[in-house]
Amino acid sequence: MDTITELRVPITSAQDIVAARQAGRALAKEMGFDTLAVTLISTAISEVARNILDHAERGEILLRPLNHGARAGVNVVASDHGPGIPDIARAMQYGYSTRRGLGVGLPGAKWLMDEFFLESEVGIGTTIKMTKWLNRNG
Amino acid sequence: MRVPILKQRDYLIASAQSVLSDDDLQRLRDDLSVTVSRHRSKGVIIDVTVMDVLDSFATRTLRAIAHMLRLRGAETVIVGIQPEVAFSMVQLGLSFTGIGTALDLEEGLTYLDRHTRAAHGHDH
Amino acid sequence: MKRNQQLPADDTAPSSMADHQDVLRDWVAHLRQRHALLREEWLRRVRQGDMLPAMSDSETLSEATSLYNNYVGVLETGSVEALQSYAQGLSERIISREVETHEVLGIVLALRDVLARSLLDKYHKDFQRLSQALDAFEPATNRIAAIVAASFVGQRERVIGQQQKAIRELSTPVLQVRERLLILPIIGAIDGARAQQLTEQLLRAVRTNRAKVVVVDITGVPDVDSAVANHLIHAVEASRLMGATVIVSGLSSEIAQTLVTLGIDLSTVKAVVDLQGGIEEAEYLLGHKVVKVGTPTIGGVELHASPHTQTA
Repeated sequence: MDTITELRVPITSAQDIVAARQAGRALAKEMGFDTLAVTLISTAISEVARNILDHAERGEILLRPLNHGARAGVNVVASDHGPGIPDIARAMQYGYSTRRGLGVGLPGAKWLMDEFFLESEVGIGTTIKMTKWLNRNG
Repeated sequence: MRVPILKQRDYLIASAQSVLSDDDLQRLRDDLSVTVSRHRSKGVIIDVTVMDVLDSFATRTLRAIAHMLRLRGAETVIVGIQPEVAFSMVQLGLSFTGIGTALDLEEGLTYLDRHTRAAHGHDH
Repeated sequence: MKRNQQLPADDTAPSSMADHQDVLRDWVAHLRQRHALLREEWLRRVRQGDMLPAMSDSETLSEATSLYNNYVGVLETGSVEALQSYAQGLSERIISREVETHEVLGIVLALRDVLARSLLDKYHKDFQRLSQALDAFEPATNRIAAIVAASFVGQRERVIGQQQKAIRELSTPVLQVRERLLILPIIGAIDGARAQQLTEQLLRAVRTNRAKVVVVDITGVPDVDSAVANHLIHAVEASRLMGATVIVSGLSSEIAQTLVTLGIDLSTVKAVVDLQGGIEEAEYLLGHKVVKVGTPTIGGVELHASPHTQTA
């Protein structure tokens, strides 16, 4: 288990979105996440990767297995040097009760992972860091 | 990978064979458009059993396909959404309201039988 | 050399670093050379402290040898990778043997004590070398103890988690009462984790049983607040994606009204007051194809206190 290292997937085309989420799936499975968690992680990766493509045209997904002694998890960092998000609060405001219907990609991923951080600066780019912990409950 | 489309009575069955890329989805849309018109099909089953992820893009595209097919006189039913995928979709806030959903091909055919004979079917 | 002479704290002259390495190398060689003796002393302490009663002598000897080698390996190389790997394996091996955490820790600390004693033995005449050896020894042994303990505790938590999951699933069976009809009676409070587990269980049961209708009975759920309501709504929507209708029974009109007032949209949820009503509603859905008319509702929630009398 200690032999898994981090994996970088460049995002420049729609095919790369599939590559990123397949890589995430493989990593999550290897780490022992159950089927549901694997699907949630893959879907979250798909959403943030697509967000990169839609808004920045190119970027990168970094997959990192975490092993903090008794706790294990997978960390996903989606970064781009795109235009950035001017009003983060508004972009992320889709609350629990309003996320019906078509859904929104970016804040949507938040609901699939355990931790979700977003940093963005107009003209510089956007970085999303999300983590899912290996649930002790299987 | 191109999605094969089979004809069964008045219906078409499109079964995804593997993970669908954006291009595959666009091509599916075009193929169904042509095939529904050619055969004057009343219903279309889209089988997504093998799809391990249905993200917002795939969901939007499938909805657009169903909308397009309805304009051509065909009802659409999506079958084979797996438990984990259904769960994820709902967590993301995605849904297929307005389009039929059924468990598998058999249920999909039953759905189409019920909804293409009636004047105006209900969402199940 | 004066007895209480201490090495100056900021003495970073190259010769002192070389000395450090020297001492370490010297001492590790000593530990390897005397490994049989020291290991025996360690095992004696372990038996005396009544640790690892569940393991046979040959097993204990085998593990002790591995742990000893890994321990000395850390002292020698400074790298903990091999130890981590060994500790993980050890934890997996002994977890089912009813070993307590304090026993595991006790064993590691006993080895530390034995090695510390041998350190004192070897260098008691040379305080400077003793000090240098301790400089290397102390942080290493603390790290080793922490790694082994964390590994064991982590394994323990994993096993407990798996057991809890199994208990939860056993305590909430999904019942097939009729072809295409399932009942999921839920008893007890529902938090986020349990809601996810129940929904997953429900969806899998829909697939396995090819269910068209599921009656989820929440009569036994003490607090139905907006969080629980949202979990239910998600379960309903996810089931619909799989072609199944969910009927929620055990939702009183008062609670339904409260939820609606809180802004929860229950219009997609078929709710009935009790399980009996739920089953009747389910049979209605399974057996009849005509749309029902004239059903009383509150905020979009259909309420049925009595069995259907109308048929299609």
